Amino acid sequence: MGKWKAPADLKYSKTDEWLRVEGDSGVIGVSDYAQDQLNDVVFLELPEVGAKFERDAVFGVVESVKAASDLHMPVAGTITEVNHSAEDDPETVNTDPYGVAWLVKVKLDNPPQVDDLMDVAAYEEYCEGR
Amino acid sequence: MSQATIYEISSAGRVGVRLPDVDVPEAPLPKDLLRDELDLPEVSELQVIRHFTTLSQKNYAIDTGFYPLGSCTMKYNPRLNEDVARLAGFAHLHPLTDEEGAQGALALMYQLQVWLAEISGFKKASLVPAAGAQGEFAGILMIRKYHEERGDTKRTKILVPNSAHGTNPATVTMAGYQAVELPSDDHGDVDLEALRAACDDTVAGMMITVPNTLGLFEGHILEVVQAVHDCGGLMYMDGANMNALMGIVKPGALGFDVMHYNLHKTFSTPHGGGGPGSGAVGVNEKLAPYLPGPIVEIVEEARGEDDAPLYGLRMPEKSIGQMKAFYGNFGMHNRAYAYIRIHGADGLKQVSHHAVLNANYIRAKLKDTYTIPYPRICGHEFVLEGHFEDVEGVHALDISKRLMDYNFHPPTNYFPLIVPEALLIEPTETEDKATLDEFIDAMKKIAQEAHDSPDLLKSAPHNLPVSRLDEVRAAKQLVLCCIPIPQWAEEAGD
Repeated sequence: MGKWKAPADLKYSKTDEWLRVEGDSGVIGVSDYAQDQLNDVVFLELPEVGAKFERDAVFGVVESVKAASDLHMPVAGTITEVNHSAEDDPETVNTDPYGVAWLVKVKLDNPPQVDDLMDVAAYEEYCEGR
Repeated sequence: MSQATIYEISSAGRVGVRLPDVDVPEAPLPKDLLRDELDLPEVSELQVIRHFTTLSQKNYAIDTGFYPLGSCTMKYNPRLNEDVARLAGFAHLHPLTDEEGAQGALALMYQLQVWLAEISGFKKASLVPAAGAQGEFAGILMIRKYHEERGDTKRTKILVPNSAHGTNPATVTMAGYQAVELPSDDHGDVDLEALRAACDDTVAGMMITVPNTLGLFEGHILEVVQAVHDCGGLMYMDGANMNALMGIVKPGALGFDVMHYNLHKTFSTPHGGGGPGSGAVGVNEKLAPYLPGPIVEIVEEARGEDDAPLYGLRMPEKSIGQMKAFYGNFGMHNRAYAYIRIHGADGLKQVSHHAVLNANYIRAKLKDTYTIPYPRICGHEFVLEGHFEDVEGVHALDISKRLMDYNFHPPTNYFPLIVPEALLIEPTETEDKATLDEFIDAMKKIAQEAHDSPDLLKSAPHNLPVSRLDEVRAAKQLVLCCIPIPQWAEEAGD
């Protein structure tokens, strides 16, 4: 354990998505732990710009050689930008999950929900316990 | 040890077949239908025979070795089944033959319906569904129609445990319902509290596999059935694991309303590439009018002992419909009939006893070498974790690939999803102790290798015609073409 990374400036969900808050917007991706569990990612299905999701709603699918998994919204939000280059090169989720392989940008529809997410210490403890 | 493709042994101008001179007036194809870009191999008949015979000899099958693919019940297909299926009266029967001319086949189907219903304690069965997933679909459509006929339209959900086969939530969605996932408890059973919390008047029913996909018999199955029935829902049993239950437990007696059978698993008809499958469904009195049809009924009782009844194909009163052309996969019906007939009631019970004994034998022998996440007596299969705490980077997939070097088919990988690095092992009843011991030895050797020389696993297989395949490329480049790869395929793969 401990070979996966979790940057300190991000918030994490129990379903292993990360959120970077930028003002009243946020960037969402999947964690290094998640990509390690998934193994080689081969396909991403992401939503359209303008789509509105409640917290925990399924906003996309990530498919690896092992399994297909739903992507869940860490907080309620409206999609403002989709990372099409990650869709074109889904293997970047394995190589750079916190960088080039961000998935969507959202407008935060309910900013106080951010406080319900885990910080890095809580997330690391959560992953170690699994 | 690479194998030339049929294109690589091609040489220009070689022909395998000489066609006779045309003895009717020639009618040339329209020019716009003639294509000259098709690259067809030019080979002799003998080259074709050798090429494809060689390829077929590289197949791994239950006929050549142990095949412990969990949740798939890859059991031996007895040759007597094949003899029965090839009897001219069955094999050459035209599906449009009128009922009077097909009484033998109809009698066989009728008897099989009766036996399947009896084996699982149901009122009636239909043989129509083509395979397991269609059987599931039929079951949920029946549940749906049952609620609709009663004017109960507020039911929109079907409960599905998180250990379920992926086909279960897919079936639910196809049938227009919403799948609600239920967690499992620490023992691998459905979490009863979560189930009870989810039960209300919007629940149309529940789909559950018994034993579940962890190979465990749900400890509180009666409470599960009760909870769903109490809120007005119906119970669907996924019969994929029926091989553990024959002659021991009747799903109908547990309170299930409907189930599907996989004749290609439990009843030994060919499975996988050798199919097709057959996903017969059994139902209790409540759902009998909704069965997919046609089903075989006695339309005229026998007159005395020397007479036979007259059988006919009938649509059940409120049938959900036909679902499939003709009457299901008849070639599987006669094989399953033969299998049940050979074994009889005591024999089928023995089948399940041996299937369960074999699985528990392997589990007990491997429990000190591998992590067994649910250390309970199992049914006909069990799950272990294909990784080691003190070895980094060895995964279930690596163990499976290395098993192939020991000439075993790998178990099911990464399913059920709730076990990390799952390897789901189902030996079936037909293997003897010597084979099981060889498999156990191989699994122990591989565990030792994982510690001594992990790279041996990570780069396996080493003894097969091809080494480790590029699964990422296989999943991404969906165009399968021989050499030379045409330009359009190259572009599609980018």
